Formats: sequence, structure tokens, C-alpha cells
Amino acid sequence: MKTYDLVIIGGGSAGLASAMGAYDQGIRDILILERDRELGGILQQCIHNGFGLIEFKEELAGPAYAERFVDLIVNNEIQYKLNAMVTHMSNDKVIEYVTPSEGYVTIKAKAIILAMGCRERTRGAIAIPGFRPAGIWSAGTAQRYLNMEGYIVGKKVFILGSGDIGLIMARRMILEGAEVLGVAEIMPYSNGLPRNIKQCLIDFDIPLFLSHTITRIEGLDRVSQVEVSQVDENFRPIKGTEKYFDVDTVLFSVGLIPENALSEEAEVEIHPRTRGPIVNESYQTSVDGIFACGNVLHVHDLVDFVSLESRKAGTAAARYLKNELKPGKTFDCIAKDGIGYIVPHKINIENVDKSLECMFRVTKNVKNVALTIKKDGVVLRTVKKRHLAPAEMEKLILSKADLMDCKESISIEITEV
Amino acid sequence: MEKKDMVCIVCPMSCKVTFDLDENGGITKVEGHSCPRGENYVRKELTNPTRMLTSTIKIEGAFYDRLPVITSSDIPKSKLFDVMKEINKTVVKAPVKAKDVLIADVCGLGVNIIASRSMQAVDGK
Amino acid sequence: MYDFLIIGAGISGAMIARDLSKFKCSVALVEKDNDVANESTSANSAIIHSGHDPKEGSLKAKLNVRGNELYEDLCKELKVDFERNGCFVVAVDEDELPQLNFLYNQALSRNIPCSIISAEEAHKREPNLSDSVIAALDLPSTGIVSPWEVAIAAVEDACNNGVELFLGNKVVSIEKKADHFVVATTKAEYLAKFVINCAGVYADDIYNLVSDKKLFTITPRRGEYYLLDKQTTPFVHRTIFPIPTDKGKGVLVARTIHHNVILGPNSEFVEDKESIDNTQPALDYIRKEVFKTLKNIPLNQVIRTYSGLRPSGSTHDFIIEESEEVPNFINVAAIESPGLASAPAISEYVLNEIISKKFEFILKESRIERRPWIIINRMNYDEKNALVQKDPAFAQMICRCEHVSEGEIVDIIHRNAGALTVKGVKRRVRPGAGRCQGGFCEPKVVAILARELKKSPLDILLDSDDSRLLVGKTKE
Repeated sequence: MKTYDLVIIGGGSAGLASAMGAYDQGIRDILILERDRELGGILQQCIHNGFGLIEFKEELAGPAYAERFVDLIVNNEIQYKLNAMVTHMSNDKVIEYVTPSEGYVTIKAKAIILAMGCRERTRGAIAIPGFRPAGIWSAGTAQRYLNMEGYIVGKKVFILGSGDIGLIMARRMILEGAEVLGVAEIMPYSNGLPRNIKQCLIDFDIPLFLSHTITRIEGLDRVSQVEVSQVDENFRPIKGTEKYFDVDTVLFSVGLIPENALSEEAEVEIHPRTRGPIVNESYQTSVDGIFACGNVLHVHDLVDFVSLESRKAGTAAARYLKNELKPGKTFDCIAKDGIGYIVPHKINIENVDKSLECMFRVTKNVKNVALTIKKDGVVLRTVKKRHLAPAEMEKLILSKADLMDCKESISIEITEV
Repeated sequence: MEKKDMVCIVCPMSCKVTFDLDENGGITKVEGHSCPRGENYVRKELTNPTRMLTSTIKIEGAFYDRLPVITSSDIPKSKLFDVMKEINKTVVKAPVKAKDVLIADVCGLGVNIIASRSMQAVDGK
Repeated sequence: MYDFLIIGAGISGAMIARDLSKFKCSVALVEKDNDVANESTSANSAIIHSGHDPKEGSLKAKLNVRGNELYEDLCKELKVDFERNGCFVVAVDEDELPQLNFLYNQALSRNIPCSIISAEEAHKREPNLSDSVIAALDLPSTGIVSPWEVAIAAVEDACNNGVELFLGNKVVSIEKKADHFVVATTKAEYLAKFVINCAGVYADDIYNLVSDKKLFTITPRRGEYYLLDKQTTPFVHRTIFPIPTDKGKGVLVARTIHHNVILGPNSEFVEDKESIDNTQPALDYIRKEVFKTLKNIPLNQVIRTYSGLRPSGSTHDFIIEESEEVPNFINVAAIESPGLASAPAISEYVLNEIISKKFEFILKESRIERRPWIIINRMNYDEKNALVQKDPAFAQMICRCEHVSEGEIVDIIHRNAGALTVKGVKRRVRPGAGRCQGGFCEPKVVAILARELKKSPLDILLDSDDSRLLVGKTKE
């Protein structure tokens, strides 16, 4: 059985940046396993612009952002395999993958970085009533058909969910000749970036129905109509508020779920809120030598943050391989009132250099509040925030001094000003 | 004098820019933007709104038969569909390198349509 | 001229076609849809009931018990999965105990393996049973199958042995001549000496084409379900039923043969024979009902909802008989639950008790055995690589959730009764049946179908003729 120092599962934005992170720390025996026919992952179908402002200080389309990283991988001669899907992974870091050129192959890794990304929540998962005909897709599937394969999935479209993929697909469908009759969002606010509301919906006069959901899909063979209803504060449809749209297609942009089937097989502990692995300050999961970054860890809003995080995970994996990661006691990072989750979930201060970047999301839209950071239950400091939204990932930098002498936990909560 | 605000769409930061609008359409007291492009955006949006355009173009001889493209800079919002018409009737041949100019000076706007990625030539396509 | 023409390729038609294919006779199997097993057979509870429940003296009782006996060998011959994982019928209230005892005695009298077990024992064997369960009837002979896999395999086996399958043929008229029938469909005309009506919810409409007596009516009774993601540790090991009511066996929770969990069904008479939609009240009802018998139900793992129609007959029993007024026309109608469990016995009954009185059956000298589906995911390392040596397509992964390779998909397209649609591929080798519900693999499945069927991707169907997925190419 062939052994590699570092095997990275997934050649998308997380996998490629983590490979560079490890490479820059001197690791050379790296293998990236990518299941698609080329590197780049989901960026290849995200042909809109808006990527790279932090990473490259310029605004790129998704495929261009991917190509920058692919070039780095190729120029540095980092090994990768395409059409290579990992079929099994165990907690002793034995991996089975399959490619048409090699068949089924078992390898051993000294360290693994999980970078499998996420999948879309489906119509089935949210149990929208009605028929199950042709014409129902998650937005990302329609995006792949449209932007990569060159197929239009429908002529008259309704979109459920105002996440960025849904908004961007509304504009793309319109530019390619389809009609978009509306976007419904069950929350009282949009989950997309304000700039996407403006340039994808308002620019094209597409109505956005907040606090609305699809309550029924009609059509035995192909979608013929959707029923859209307003919802109450418990997200239950309100009778008498039904609107009807004659469409042939419904796109669902109702959330992303980290893709952790392999992690579960390797007995990596999964966080109930993020649905990604529980990691420490070094992005190491509950299984020794298995690291995680990018959307498999928690769903990000910007790819630039995926690259930043993944480079750090790659650096940490390199330190692990060089025996530089110190074992030792960890304390917890706890999300309290108003905070959905914090990554990392655990901290070993021995491995924190100067400071630690915590990424978190809030549970609801709030204005003029304070973030209260507590160490072992005692207020460390408060940070005033004008505006916080669940759609946006927030960042908090804790210095080594902040973390020093922490015994049980660091917590973050939202408090009144 | 009227107090107004606008979400800057130049980048994903989506800054909320506030400003005062006078009777002559002039703006003052621009605030809330985190880079100079925010102020430019507001001025332009009030006089001549522009947008970046991304789409795909037909490509021959590559694995995929569509190639993602982008405008080299923003174009007037009112010209989006005119530019789409030009893109839709153009066919390019693989290989293509990222940033290759595929349509120069599209619709006489002084803006090029460029490749968002490289695409190799593939045999038998 | 065919000896036999079967209308409807659901589980009943499939079983009869296969049994007839053992004998020297010509058989046409005519189906209105683009795939076999596409209606009631594709959306039900997938349980091979023990036979404890149907009313004493009914055809349902007799054929269910016999069907359960036949299933194991049937599935071995067809090379499809069958698992006798048993079931519990659970009582949650003292008032339910007499009914539990009644069912126990009924099962005993039918020689069905059974015992009444204590709450403690029941909880030990099914830790997720509700705390209010006070006793359970254990019926270990109850089994599970994939109903459409059984029916598809049966039709494939039948076609391998001479039966002719005509898909996309909706029967529009049937004319009785002196010694044969002329059956006209939307595509062609077929002549046959015997017609066997296995048309599911449409069986009354089909019979009404040859008779104006309105002998029976079929009313669709809809059942809705939730499907949960595959479980690494089984949520339930066996099927869990509440005490039955006059409306049916109640909302059950079952593990499927593919290790998913289903919750359902409700029971609702509907007018339209195409009402296979899900409704909010029914879904809410199921969510509530399942907690009567179980706890810790992982409702956050729902990956799909579906619904199916039971063909409920006006006589409240199976209607399996030769028409008195139209000789040689055989109705196999009102095959609602336990129709799946009874299917092999229904076919046996039709051949032995009805047709054999009028037709001399002569066994064929030899039969072609059905080749099982190739399932890479179940093979060991060496088996997989031996296959890849022959064809690298078995190493091109298409479906990440269920680990389905391109080779497996190509294989099931090019078989008798092969897949012609995206749904057909999904039901045979499962790309799209997993947690992403086809989000990642559908474009690839469409491309494979188009290539193998020599069609444009624009002509690839989800299911019916009017279910094209893609409406056009961009820039054209």
C-alpha cells in the first residue's frame, strides 16, 4: 500500500489552498484527489464575478479564481488525480479511491485534509407538497447545466430561497432568455448579499417575496404552476395569502449542507449545528491527523475566506507532519445567545502563535448590538456592532493574551448595548 | 437637500453608502463606504449606472461547448442585452487562454469580452 | 396472435408474465408508461407482510400467507434482495390489547410464526420504540424488498424467456371476437386469445372497455410517505406497525432494503387516478402519528416525500377471476395491500386456478437465468478491480451518494426491460436516490442516457413523454 505524507480529499477552492498551505511549509509528498474531470470544484460553474478581492486584490469570475490556484498547483508540481473519487476512508487514515485509469486503489496517508465541500439542500429535504415532475432542480444543478453544459432547464422560472446562488441564477436565466417570475424567501430577510439583490433582482424587476414559501407544486409531467403563500412567525403558511405563478421550472436555493459521509465513516465527530467536523485551533478534527477546511467544515459566504482558512489548515497539517503540533489541554469555544456557531470549536493555546481568528455566524438579523466575549464566564470585552446578519460570516480575532489562562471556555454572545 | 442611501455593488462587501442629494442632483457628505470605489459607484449609479456582465460563449474543439466569459470592465446597464446578443452569435475555437480577448470593443462600448478561464483543445471535438 | 396479453406491468402483471414465460406460449405485456413497475408498485410500503392481518376467509388472507412463503425463493431466482427482518405490531394502550391478542390468534391459526412479547423485550430489541409501548406482537416472517426491483427483474426475466414487452402503449379499446380479442393501444393493435387485466387503479376502466356491467369500481386510496437518509446505525431493525384500524394497517416505520427509513402511509380516498401528489395535512398527520409508536425519530434526515395510490376495490377484497360475461378475459383487480406480498401467489392462483382450466401448460425445456444487477458498492476490492480490468467505466463514479459507476448504468440501459428514463436509471441502480437527490449526478445520467440511447440530451425524459428535463441549448 502506497503511503503519502498528505492526502487532500477534494480539488476545489479548499483543497487547492490547503495544498499550497502545506507546500509553503515544505511538505512535498502531497496528493490531491478530485472527483470531477478538472480541478477547481464548484468555482468552475460560478461564472459570475465577485471572487478574489481579498485573495488577489482584484475581482475575478469563479473559473478565473480557480485557475490562479490550479496554476500554482501545476507550477509547483503538486500531484493530483482527476476523476478520482474517494469511496472509503477509515480513522487510521487508509483511503480507497477509484479512477478509470487505476481502478480501485488503497493508500495510506500520514495526514488527511477533508475538503469535500458541501451539497445543496433539496426540495425533498424540506418536504414541499405537490407533485414531483420534471422541472424541479436545486439552483446549483441548474447552474451546472446552464454555465458548463450549455443547457437551459426552463423558460418560466420561480425560485425558492434568496441565497446568493438563487439570486445569481435568477439573473443568469434572464440573460439567457428565460423569464423569472419571482423569488420567495421564508425568512423576513434575504439570505443573499445586498449587492446581489440589487444587480440580480431589482435590475430586472424580479419581485422578492419575503416571509413567503412555496406551498404546492402542480404538474404531473412537467411543472405547470407553483402556489406561494405568506408564512407566519412560526413559518407556517397563512391561509388566504396564496399567489399562483404559471411556470415550467422551480429552482431551490434553500441552503447548503457540508458533505460529510466520508468523515462519518472515519468516525470524525460532527457538530450538530454546522454539520461539519468539530475542529480545534489547527483545524484538526476529533481524529488524529485528519484536518478539515472550507465548506465541508462550515458553509462560507465568500470563497476568499475559504482560501484563507484552507491555507491555515494546510499549514497546520504540515506542522502536524513535522511533529510541531503540541498535544495538550484544550478548552471550548462556545456559541451562546444569538450566535449559531463558532469555528474552531476547541482551542489548545500551545498551538496559537500570536492570535487566533474565530469565524462565526449569528442566528438572526440584529442592529446596534454588542458582542460579548467571555473567558470562563467572565467578560473579556465587548465589541459594538452596527449590523449582524446570518447570511454573513463574522470574524473575531482573539489575541494570545485573550486566551491565556483560560480553563474551561471562551464564549461569544450577543448583548444589548 | 435629501438624505439618501444606496448599497454599493462594486464588490461583495455590499457597503451601505449614505449621502446627501441636493436639488441639482449633486451629492455631498458621502459616508459608509470602505473604499473609494463606493463613492464612485454612487455618483455613477445616479447618472449612468453600469454593470459587469458574465455569460458563456460557444466554443468549438474543447471538452465543453461553452466557455465562461466576462466584460473587461463595467458596461452601461441599458446595454446588457445588446452585448448578450453579440456574445450569443460569436463562436470561438479552442485552445483559449484566460483573459484572451474574444470580442474586441463589443457594441462599440470600448469594452472587450474576455475569457474567464483557459480551455484546451480536445481531439475529436 | 398471442396466447396471452397482459395489460399493466406492475407487480401483478410482472409476476404473471414471468410465470407464463416458463411454459410454451406466447405472451405480450402491454404497459402505458415508459417503464415497468411505474405506478402503485413504485410507491408503497415495500413490506412482505406475514398474512396475519387480512380478514378471515378473504382471498387477501389466503394469497398473502402463500405469497410470503413464496418470496424467498422467488427473490433468489430473480437475484434481487429480500430480507426477512420481521415486524412488531405494538400496543400503546390497554384498550389495544384485545386487538393484539386477536391478531396473535389469527396468525396462529394461519400457521404464521408469531409471539406476544413484553414491553421490556420489545424495547430491548427495538430501542427506539416509544416508552408508551406496553406489548408487541412479533411476526418474524415479515420481510422487505424493493418492490420495483422485484417487478423489473421479473419482467426482465420474462423477456429473457420470450415475453414481449410493449412500453408506452396505453390501451384504448378492446374488441371481443369469436375466439380472440383485438386490443388497440395508442401505438398498435394486438391480437390475443386471453386478456389478463392487471391495470392497477385503471383496472375498472379497462374492464369497462369490454363490458358495460360495471362489475366493480376501483377508487384510488392515496398513501403518503417520508423517506429518510441512509442510516449508519439502524433506527429500526424491523417494521413497526401500530394496531390496525378499519382504514388499514396504520402509519408504519420501516427500514428499507437499501437502509433508508420510511414513515407512512396515511390513507385517503382520492378521485383522480393521477393524484400522486403530497399534501401538507397528510405529511403533518404522519409526523404526528409516528411518535405514537417510536421516539428519537431523525426527522431532520428527510431526503424526500412521495405518495402512491392503492387500487381499492368496491368488493373490499382482491378481484381475481375470469369474467363470466366475457370468457377468456381475466381480471386481476383491486390489488391493494397486501398486493405486493401476495403477488407471487396471485400469479400462481391465476395460472393454476383459472387459466389451467382452459389452456394446456407445457413446460419449456430450458430457461435463461437472469443476470443480477452489477452493484460495485457491494463487491470486495478484487471483484471490483476484476470488473474494471474488463471495462474502466466501472471505475468512473457517477453518483457520490450511492457510489454508482458509469458501467453499472450502461449495463441496466442495455437489458431487456432496460431503463429509458432518468427515473428508470434511478430505480435500478440508484443514482439520484441518495441524499443529494440527483443534484450532482443528474447531468451525468442524462449524458449517459443520451449517448447510449443515441438521442439528444434535449430528448431525455425524467419519466413520462411530457417530462423532458432540458428545454434548449444556450445561444441557439
